Amino acid sequence: MNDPTIFRKPNNRKLDVSEIRKDFPILQTSVKGNPLVYLDNAASSHMPQCVIDRISEYHLSEHSNIHRAVHKLSEEATAKFEESRTIVKEFLNARDEKEIIFTRGTTGGINLVAKSYGEKFLREGDEVLISHLEHHSNIVPWQMLCQKVGAELKVIPVTQEGEVDLEEYKSMLSTKTKFLSLTHVSNALGTVLPIKTMIKEARSYGIPVLVDGAQGVPHMTIDLRDIDCDFYVFSGHKMCGPSGVGVLYGKEELLNKMDPYEGGGDMILSVTFEKTLYNKIPYKFEAGTPPIAQAIGLGRAVNYLQSIGLNQINQHEKELLAYATKRLDEISGLTIIGRSKHKAGVISFVMDGVHPHDVGTLLNDKGVAVRTGHHCAQPTMQRFGVPATTRASFYLYNTISDIDQLINGIHSIKKIFD
Amino acid sequence: MNLYQEVILDHNKKPRNWGTLSNPTHQAEGLNPLCGDRIWLMLEVMDESIVDIAVDGESCAICKASASMMTLSVKGKPLKLAEELTSVFRKMVLGEHNESDESQLGRLKIFQGIKDLPSRVKCAVLPWHTLQAAVNSQGRISTEGSDDPISS
Ligand SMILES: Cc1ncc(COP(=O)(O)O)c(C=O)c1O
Repeated sequence: MNDPTIFRKPNNRKLDVSEIRKDFPILQTSVKGNPLVYLDNAASSHMPQCVIDRISEYHLSEHSNIHRAVHKLSEEATAKFEESRTIVKEFLNARDEKEIIFTRGTTGGINLVAKSYGEKFLREGDEVLISHLEHHSNIVPWQMLCQKVGAELKVIPVTQEGEVDLEEYKSMLSTKTKFLSLTHVSNALGTVLPIKTMIKEARSYGIPVLVDGAQGVPHMTIDLRDIDCDFYVFSGHKMCGPSGVGVLYGKEELLNKMDPYEGGGDMILSVTFEKTLYNKIPYKFEAGTPPIAQAIGLGRAVNYLQSIGLNQINQHEKELLAYATKRLDEISGLTIIGRSKHKAGVISFVMDGVHPHDVGTLLNDKGVAVRTGHHCAQPTMQRFGVPATTRASFYLYNTISDIDQLINGIHSIKKIFD
Repeated sequence: MNLYQEVILDHNKKPRNWGTLSNPTHQAEGLNPLCGDRIWLMLEVMDESIVDIAVDGESCAICKASASMMTLSVKGKPLKLAEELTSVFRKMVLGEHNESDESQLGRLKIFQGIKDLPSRVKCAVLPWHTLQAAVNSQGRISTEGSDDPISS
């Protein structure tokens, strides 16, 4: 299928958002008679027509299992699946396709590393370091690991602005620290962590580092050779791709040393009842039939984002964030939580006398979709003494007018609760 | 139907029977970890009747108004009736009630609209389940996990 959006070249000009919006059919729908204003992109973003078409094309004319049969469909599906791996590798500036493992998402990737690396190399008395800004999926697998091997989970504190306390961080590093797992961007507050600086510090102790890039990859240019982490994980559904697929990047040397995660088909070279020889990476970590359609869709999503330009998207989100911050700050009785100097397009807030759940329900009545609750980051909420917040999060297709709708909605809620 | 009607907003602003009792015979805590609702409920039960009731805590408007209106509906009533009302209320917010139930509900019918907001059903029903937990000396209930009263 010929797809013009793929040939759109990124340039240095501002995003043409009205053109971009035409790529996303769902943005033309309405909620309760109002045009949809979608500000829940940190939870899941929408798919452009070209990704939907790519997935449908796969089902219409390419579907088959991969890496197994000699017939034409299987060979084609295998080729397209592997092509996606290459697209992702180049997108992230990884060294080799071997370092790109398809998972079911960020959560799948972190659990894989906690188990296959953690259980093999961590021992009693070792320490795992995470920040106070982590999503539950970057807390619980490490807690489970620590319980299992007798290691200790340590938490890097954050400041009132919602930034990682770098001095504290440095003082927590020691020869006992055997793993560092950090989010690139806080999904609850939007803080962008200084991961390069933090990774450099960890390097001096030889500590392996995983970066949870669920909120990073969709919104900024990622150069893994520059970041120099050992593992980087993310999900397709937050970057214009489908759900059910994600990526674990791992340095070849480490992946080779790790044990397989799941056992099954595809991850083996040969099986007898006495002994199984494991396949090489990345297949060693891709047991069973992978999410083939989803991985191919993810490849197309990457191409789509590249055609727009990640730097342009990032710049656009910065403008939306600045405008939203200014407008929200004008509202009395509203407090923004998280004031880091480096923030992604995520803004969390609370309102005096109105619970976030009521805010969310009432905004929905106006067609405005936001997230309310603890955002799977209860420890972050506890740090700021709130049970929940309302969160608006932006993406390439959002506009200043979307934010105006949000602000109008908030004003009408204030009237209702006055 | 607009859920945020005058009555609900009024109960949210000035919840009735709010606070604590000095001599409770029963009490329980109700949690909704998803939205952070947390309420404490105290009862004074005599001769199988609710002589006094008080609720306290932090919650969204739906939960608070529901708790406040619940206290008005059950105060001075036999435990058995409170139990029946809980079951009817629960049926209503799930959209499973019938006409004979409606007459029992009276002003509580204002919460009917919540059946169209599945994510908010738990907010409205939490006070009622906390009431049952107190009666059954359960101590603590949560809308999530194994003792989730809605999915069980
Ligand atoms: C920072 C962060 N980490 C991890 C996750 C989990 O992603 P998934 O549910 O796709 O595995 C999310 C998504 O909510 C996230 O925002």
